[in-house]
Amino acid sequence: MAKTKKIPNLCNYAMFCAGCGHGVLVRLICECLEELGQEKNVIAAIGVGCSCHLKSGINCDLVQSPHGRAAAVATGIRRAEPDKIVFTYQGDGDAYNIGLAETLNAAYRNENICVFTVNNGNFGMTGGQMAWTTMPGQKTATSPRGRNIELTGIPIKIPELVSYSFKPAYVARGAVTTPAEIKRLKGYIMNAFQAQMNKEGYSLVEVMSTCPTNWGMDPIVAQKRLIEDVIPYYELGEFKKRGE
Amino acid sequence: MAKAKTDVERCKACGLCMHNCKKGALTMTDHINSRGYKTILLDEETCIGCGICYTVCPDGVFEIVE
Ligand SMILES: Cc1ncc(C[n+]2csc(CCOP(=O)(O)OP(=O)(O)O)c2C)c(N)n1
Ligand code: SF4
Repeated sequence: MAKTKKIPNLCNYAMFCAGCGHGVLVRLICECLEELGQEKNVIAAIGVGCSCHLKSGINCDLVQSPHGRAAAVATGIRRAEPDKIVFTYQGDGDAYNIGLAETLNAAYRNENICVFTVNNGNFGMTGGQMAWTTMPGQKTATSPRGRNIELTGIPIKIPELVSYSFKPAYVARGAVTTPAEIKRLKGYIMNAFQAQMNKEGYSLVEVMSTCPTNWGMDPIVAQKRLIEDVIPYYELGEFKKRGE
Repeated sequence: MAKAKTDVERCKACGLCMHNCKKGALTMTDHINSRGYKTILLDEETCIGCGICYTVCPDGVFEIVE
């Protein structure tokens, strides 16, 4: 029957809000690193935003990057430490707005790093401002009448862009929603780390998540919104499989 | 038989475990932990140790033990 399960030693109590999807992602990253025997061989480059709370959530070496620059910082770490596992942990605002250039350039060069981005459709830490990932018509602190896509563009899909335009090793989009979806997401994270260990190059895993605090919703209602209103636009799955 | 074990000091009362538990083994209590959050309560008799709570909990409240 059921197997025993234990929170990975790598994983600490993290300072995210109640019900925030970040917490599950941090645990999955820790589980994968431990299962791959890499828990003592890893350095993370952290973005700015709620992703900074990774500092409380994981017991490994970390570098705090300037806002948006985590992929560039990870590139530097990779050059200095060729045999370490190097990953970035970023929000959508960090990786896709402020750090769009660094995110795309690292993908373009096929740097041998893993990039994990949490797409919660807003700038969480600063109070829920509009991001490039905000849904059309969605009300945020800086789009109080709802996002006007005529004026601000359509929600950005970086995994699609990166997988169709460049030659990365692995690209997927998962979600912190149902138990089945969380298990699939773990598979994506595993693939990303394994691609790096085999020196296959750049991998990106985008993670669809709620931000109950800034969406102004109970965590369960926020998950319902994510599943029904957001994920139909942000298709889940693998966009670039390894070896393809 | 495997059962869930809880560390309610980590609980933030988000309710995702209750929402996902197929057996209804979890309820919210008025007990406040040291971080100021309400906490869940596990009914060990009803729990079948399936591990769904472990999977969905963002805060590592659950372990599954034999
Ligand atoms: C150069 C610079 N500009 C702006 C900020 C303010 N700031 C802090 S966090 C943040 C947004 C982060 O949003 P996101 O990456 O989506 O992460 P989340 O908090 O949603 O996880 C901003 C704009 C900053 N710290 N530094
Ligand atoms: S503000 Fe949003 S993204 Fe940040 S920890 Fe809270 S729920 Fe999570």
